[in-house]
Amino acid sequence: MITLAILFTLALLGVILYLIFRIQILGSVYRGTYNKRVSTSNKVNATLFVVFLIVGGGAFFWSFQDAKPEMTVPVASVHGAWVNDMFWLTMAVIGIVFVITQVLLFYYSYKYQFREDKTAYYYPHNNKLEIIWTIIPAIVMAMLVFSGWKAWTKITNPAPADAVVVEITGKQFNWLFRYPGKDNALGLAKHTLIDASNEIGIDFNDKKAHDDIIVNEIHIPKGRPVLFRIRSRDVIHDVYQPNFRVQMHAVPGMPTKFWFVPTKTTAEMAEETGNPDFKYELVCSQICGRGHFAMRGTLVVDEPEDYEAWLAKEQPFLEKNPDLLAKFKNAPVQVVTAGNEKGKIEEKAAL
Amino acid sequence: MASTDISLTHDVHHAHDDHDHDHHDQHFIFKYIFSQDHKVIAKQFLITGIIWAFIGGALSTIFRLQLGWPQATYDWLEPILGKWIEGGKLSPEFFLSLVTMHGTIMVFFVLTAGLSGTFSNFLIPLQIGARDMASGFLNMLSYWFFFLSSVIMFLSLFLETGPASAGWTIYPPLSALPQAIPGSGTGMTMWIVSMAFFIVSSLLGSVNYITTVINLRTKGMSMTKLPLTIWAFFLTAVLGVLSFPVLFSCVLLLLFDRSFGTSFYLSEIYVAGEALSNVGGSPILFQHLFWFLGHPEVYIVILPGFGIVSEIIATNARKPIFGYRAMIGSMLGISLLSFIVWAHHMFVSGMNPFLGSVFMFLTLIIAVPSAVKVFNWLATLWRGNIVFTVPMLFSIGFVSLFISGGLTGIILGNSTLDIQFHNTYFVVAHFHLVMASSAFFGLFAGVYHWYPKMFGRMMDDKLGYIHFWLTFIGVYMVFMPMHYVGIAGFPRRYYSWTSFELFSKFADLNMYISLAAVIAWLAQFIFAFNFFYSMFRGRRATQNPWRSTTLEWTTPVNPGHGNWPGAIPTVYRWPYDYSKPGAADDFIPQHIPYSETASSNLPHEKDLA
Repeated sequence: MITLAILFTLALLGVILYLIFRIQILGSVYRGTYNKRVSTSNKVNATLFVVFLIVGGGAFFWSFQDAKPEMTVPVASVHGAWVNDMFWLTMAVIGIVFVITQVLLFYYSYKYQFREDKTAYYYPHNNKLEIIWTIIPAIVMAMLVFSGWKAWTKITNPAPADAVVVEITGKQFNWLFRYPGKDNALGLAKHTLIDASNEIGIDFNDKKAHDDIIVNEIHIPKGRPVLFRIRSRDVIHDVYQPNFRVQMHAVPGMPTKFWFVPTKTTAEMAEETGNPDFKYELVCSQICGRGHFAMRGTLVVDEPEDYEAWLAKEQPFLEKNPDLLAKFKNAPVQVVTAGNEKGKIEEKAAL
Repeated sequence: MASTDISLTHDVHHAHDDHDHDHHDQHFIFKYIFSQDHKVIAKQFLITGIIWAFIGGALSTIFRLQLGWPQATYDWLEPILGKWIEGGKLSPEFFLSLVTMHGTIMVFFVLTAGLSGTFSNFLIPLQIGARDMASGFLNMLSYWFFFLSSVIMFLSLFLETGPASAGWTIYPPLSALPQAIPGSGTGMTMWIVSMAFFIVSSLLGSVNYITTVINLRTKGMSMTKLPLTIWAFFLTAVLGVLSFPVLFSCVLLLLFDRSFGTSFYLSEIYVAGEALSNVGGSPILFQHLFWFLGHPEVYIVILPGFGIVSEIIATNARKPIFGYRAMIGSMLGISLLSFIVWAHHMFVSGMNPFLGSVFMFLTLIIAVPSAVKVFNWLATLWRGNIVFTVPMLFSIGFVSLFISGGLTGIILGNSTLDIQFHNTYFVVAHFHLVMASSAFFGLFAGVYHWYPKMFGRMMDDKLGYIHFWLTFIGVYMVFMPMHYVGIAGFPRRYYSWTSFELFSKFADLNMYISLAAVIAWLAQFIFAFNFFYSMFRGRRATQNPWRSTTLEWTTPVNPGHGNWPGAIPTVYRWPYDYSKPGAADDFIPQHIPYSETASSNLPHEKDLA
């Protein structure tokens, strides 16, 4: 019944609007406005552009300022600060261009609205002007490219040798974390070895894997370089941590990496943000399926000594799951040798 | 060379005309359905495009409801959406199909086929002075391949497993594995088949546009006397011919991976409890191939807008376009550069960072010709005598949106900054302004401007004004705040943000964006009403309602097959002689010889015909 009433109301509304439209047409036919070159609408539209510029521009700047505290993500890494500075610098540059061009666009529209007694100025080109406004953007762009390129090179250079290594594996729909353990080398992992107890598919024929640690939450030390080794076991995911300004796709079949230096511990961030429960969150930002929007991981930045203490307490995965090794003991080849035989062994272990 | 060609076609068409008089009453099917007349085909593209735009808009309205009111229940949508409503909630997979199909429909079916298909077809023969396209038959095929492709894509919306849902960029492995998302089953197969037909349609169209522009220009119509619209359509067609085949190969390999067990894009995958045997493929390869089309594609979408807007601004400012040659040069520059910037979509995809440096450099160069275009439009308005027709409003809106969206491209094109903004709402806001909304404004401007030539009637001004203002304000209200959400790091294609502490803010802002989006979408029904109503009851158009200089306005109000009843006019001058000092009127059409305008001729024009 209510639906019917709503439909009836909408239909009535449509009829009323249509009548207004017809009356308006008949009125303008009667007044003969159709025969004039421009009607009063011209002035109305010209004025509306200026109103739009002032009101719209004002609303934009007000809302931007208003939302700014909420939209700025607190920075917590060394390169994050560069990215942040470069962002606001670029925003300032484009902000200036934005204001100048939009003001000119709407002001000209208003100022040069049609007047019967006026003729437009025949002005087909001016080479000097065109050269000026080609070269100036080119110079500004060159400066932005140069600063961007310098930072990009530093960010993507190989990680320092002493970096803390954490492996992040993406799967539908969560993250798996692994540390290399005492030997500081991650053991081999293969997708064919994956099962419910061995989610990353670690190959325990590889001795380097024996001390690998698997955790539910990443801990990293403040002030030391951290290298994320990123993998995916099914579709493309994307490791994104907004505070660190870290982002890199997790690609099946092609390991990727990203290194950075965290500058604020979780406790410091809790203080800065005024949120006692603050947690660094890992976000998936590449569409990966049904649970894409809930693919969350957490990360803690500790003082270096707290980090060491935490790491010392974590048991290697194999020690927690001793029966896993038995499976590999039964595998045809157990001896792991270096070099060219590795591939063959892995394949057999997979069987 | 050119002149012999032209006289040749001239003769051929004379013969054709006589033929036409004998059989004046074509059968309805050949006149309106399987028509080979470029004007009818243009209208077919336009109306199909409008229908698609409403579908695409409806899809976005549904997902904006979800994003604006994540707590709400949608039982009331169950009669339409059926099983996609799970316990009163939109299913997350359905949400992903919505964003995927919204993107696919808008980018390809509306802003490529609907925009280029309409205006290239309609304007190329009329503005260069040709009886029709080089091949009317191929042109007809182009529409019907598009129609077939549309039907397949439309049917895929009704599949039980849903349409394609891996994002409009369909990155494998997600798009290759039905185990990973149900939409990658039959829905994805239909997406690929539909796109294959779409590519065929686009190629048939583009080849025709290029051939027609090169060969069928009327006497005197040199390349430097072409209206900027034609230059834009010509370059759009060139981009299409060079880039769409790459998409074809790209999706063909994907089809092989999906159906025939190859491993072009798949490697070392464990999904749904099973390790796949594919090794050695590279998902990055897909991205390179996809964006080799994908990036020129955004220029395929925006270049026609450049042309249409340049033309309309000059006409309504009653002033020559400023820097005609610079406008052509910048379009050439943009077209060339558009082929060598694709990897800026992939800065953090895991490709070699050195490539990132190269592509950042090339990408930011594109800002220069784009800036030149904006300055030239501003200079055209300066000291003009502006008539605010509805198309003029949309053209000014286009410039404004293009500036707003283009500037944020400078941030995203910088690989360092892209680390922060890749795949966030900042990207969504950026391209919706610079590409989507701008191109739509170009489309609207074109429809309002050439409507009298298409249907012999005018669209209603007042409704047009209301449509413009609601849309213009609505678009800004949607996409400006979306930047804030993006700066805060909100990732795109998220069903809801409630799982994250990081994204616990801006619930009110998202509601506001959704509200604005719904209003802006509803405003389009004013356009639809105006469009279809004016077709039958609009005020009758005069021959040259905008007092424009280009050739299409020398045809009869309702041009028949062959466009000009008599001989095709000869062209003597460039298309922008507006408000020339000394001229009797404030415009001199292209077909008026200099000998008739002695009072306004410039010194170097005195001796010209």
